[in-house]
Amino acid sequence: MSPAGQSGRDLAALAARVRADVVRMSQQAGTAHLASSLSCVDLLVAAYGAVLRIDPRRPSDPGRDRLILSKGHAVSALYAVLARTGFFPAKDLEKFNVDGGHLPEQPSPGCAPGVEWATGSLGHGLNVGIGMALAGRIQKNDYRTFVILSDGECNEGTTWEGAMFAPAHRLNHLTVAIDYNKWQATGRSEEILSLKPLAQKWQAFGWDTVEVYGHDLPSVVQALAAVHPEKPRAIIAHTTKGKGVSFMEDDNNWHYRSPTPEEVDLAEKELGIS
Amino acid sequence: MRNAFADEITRLAAADDRVVLLMGDIGNRLFDKFRAAYPDRFYNCGVAEGNMVSLAAGLAACGLRPVCYTITPFVTYRVMEQIRLDLCYHRQPVVVVGTGSGLSYASLGATHHSLEDMGMLRLLPHLKVTCPGDAMELRAVLRAALRQDDPLYMRIGKKGEPVVHPDVPSLTLGEALVLRDQGRIALLSAGNMLPTALAVADALKARGQEARVCSFHAIKPLDTRLLAELARSCDLMVTIEEHAVTGGLGSAVAEWMAAERPARLPRLVCCGTPDGFMHEAGEQEHARHLFGLDVSGITERVLKPA
Repeated sequence: MSPAGQSGRDLAALAARVRADVVRMSQQAGTAHLASSLSCVDLLVAAYGAVLRIDPRRPSDPGRDRLILSKGHAVSALYAVLARTGFFPAKDLEKFNVDGGHLPEQPSPGCAPGVEWATGSLGHGLNVGIGMALAGRIQKNDYRTFVILSDGECNEGTTWEGAMFAPAHRLNHLTVAIDYNKWQATGRSEEILSLKPLAQKWQAFGWDTVEVYGHDLPSVVQALAAVHPEKPRAIIAHTTKGKGVSFMEDDNNWHYRSPTPEEVDLAEKELGIS
Repeated sequence: MRNAFADEITRLAAADDRVVLLMGDIGNRLFDKFRAAYPDRFYNCGVAEGNMVSLAAGLAACGLRPVCYTITPFVTYRVMEQIRLDLCYHRQPVVVVGTGSGLSYASLGATHHSLEDMGMLRLLPHLKVTCPGDAMELRAVLRAALRQDDPLYMRIGKKGEPVVHPDVPSLTLGEALVLRDQGRIALLSAGNMLPTALAVADALKARGQEARVCSFHAIKPLDTRLLAELARSCDLMVTIEEHAVTGGLGSAVAEWMAAERPARLPRLVCCGTPDGFMHEAGEQEHARHLFGLDVSGITERVLKPA
């Protein structure tokens, strides 16, 4: 099974390792969306490091817990977490977005063990996850389904279609975590479409809703672990885009920029990875 | 056709506990039997078709066989990207059923017409595009759809269409059914135009011309073996569809002719709708007449000298 129950210190070390990975991947591959990846690292680390019941050696086990990273533009973080928790060799991360490689800049179906869905077009992951959760209900299988959404993704109408369906069918084995970093591609989320009050919106739609600081690993683990007896769960994770690298934090230029080798060195130093 | 669909999907659900029926808040009482027999495999997904189609993909990824059902424009145009990515890119065995296709709901206006659906959907990799000609073909296509592992679109009519086949035909997806096999004119019918195609053949016979009638229950995969045979043995091929000629069966046959360049190239006449919307009021029969898709309109085009 996954390293469920890892100590807080282990999870923090894993998160730092993953952040260093995604910074380097962005530099080597020249890819965008680095800040989006850094934003959701702790959600992924908490999920794979301490909550999900999934055996990295049996990533297609029908009874496994499922996680869809609906914000597919941040898949470098998912690749790194999967690699660092044993789904595939960490050396494969060097092949991120190389021509002819198997780890595209946004995931393709079945591109790597543990990648549940090819996302990248926003507004699909929640709905597919609802299908997986409903399948578990129909097949009397008690696995859980987790979906990580971006706040920008809450612009999509399908997100709210799903938000109404899941409570109507009491899909309590479904948990959504919203990476609420308050930025989307070209501006402040709140200025583009009115998201506030985000938690109250999900609550009003019938979700068991909780707000957490999305970079506090114990809080995130606790929020992900809980299951409501009837309602699906929505976790509003307040996060910082570019989290973990001081000169990237809350600077939306890093939605598109990739770092220089010197910036990678600086970031690794800050993260305590060399 | 929709009653045949409701009956057949209920029978198939009895035989296969992977079958899950999703519908978009239409068909008042149509699925009462299904719902009563299999309450945990029936979901009214509401007026939220994007969620319905992506959700179906999630069900299929977990080993179930979902069937999505609602009025054609809302389960095709509106959800084109859900079909493209969640069904086709992931190659999930989901059956998408559009009801009231073509001009079936003519009086409801262009919001409820579907004259471009087959053209749009046959562009998508892995997706089979089917259009059964009557209630019996519908049952056969639906059975076949659940026996294969690709996403599949089935466009059906409404209710009360004439039943052509005496019973459920034996059918292989993509192999057209030949109902009449004599003559040097070939009428190639897509979907619910089949009864009309047969009536056109009768009208031609009365004018001394024998015509073959073939029901193309699928335009993808296209029965190119039959097309090659017809090209060898006919002088005129006529496609008949309640769909735009552009992108539909007419286009598909023209593409085949252009690409294959058969030794004999019969003249091709494409009967379908033009590049435009219908604005005036009117029922299906009126709409078909307007577009030259009634028996007399098609017959005249067939008999018109080249």
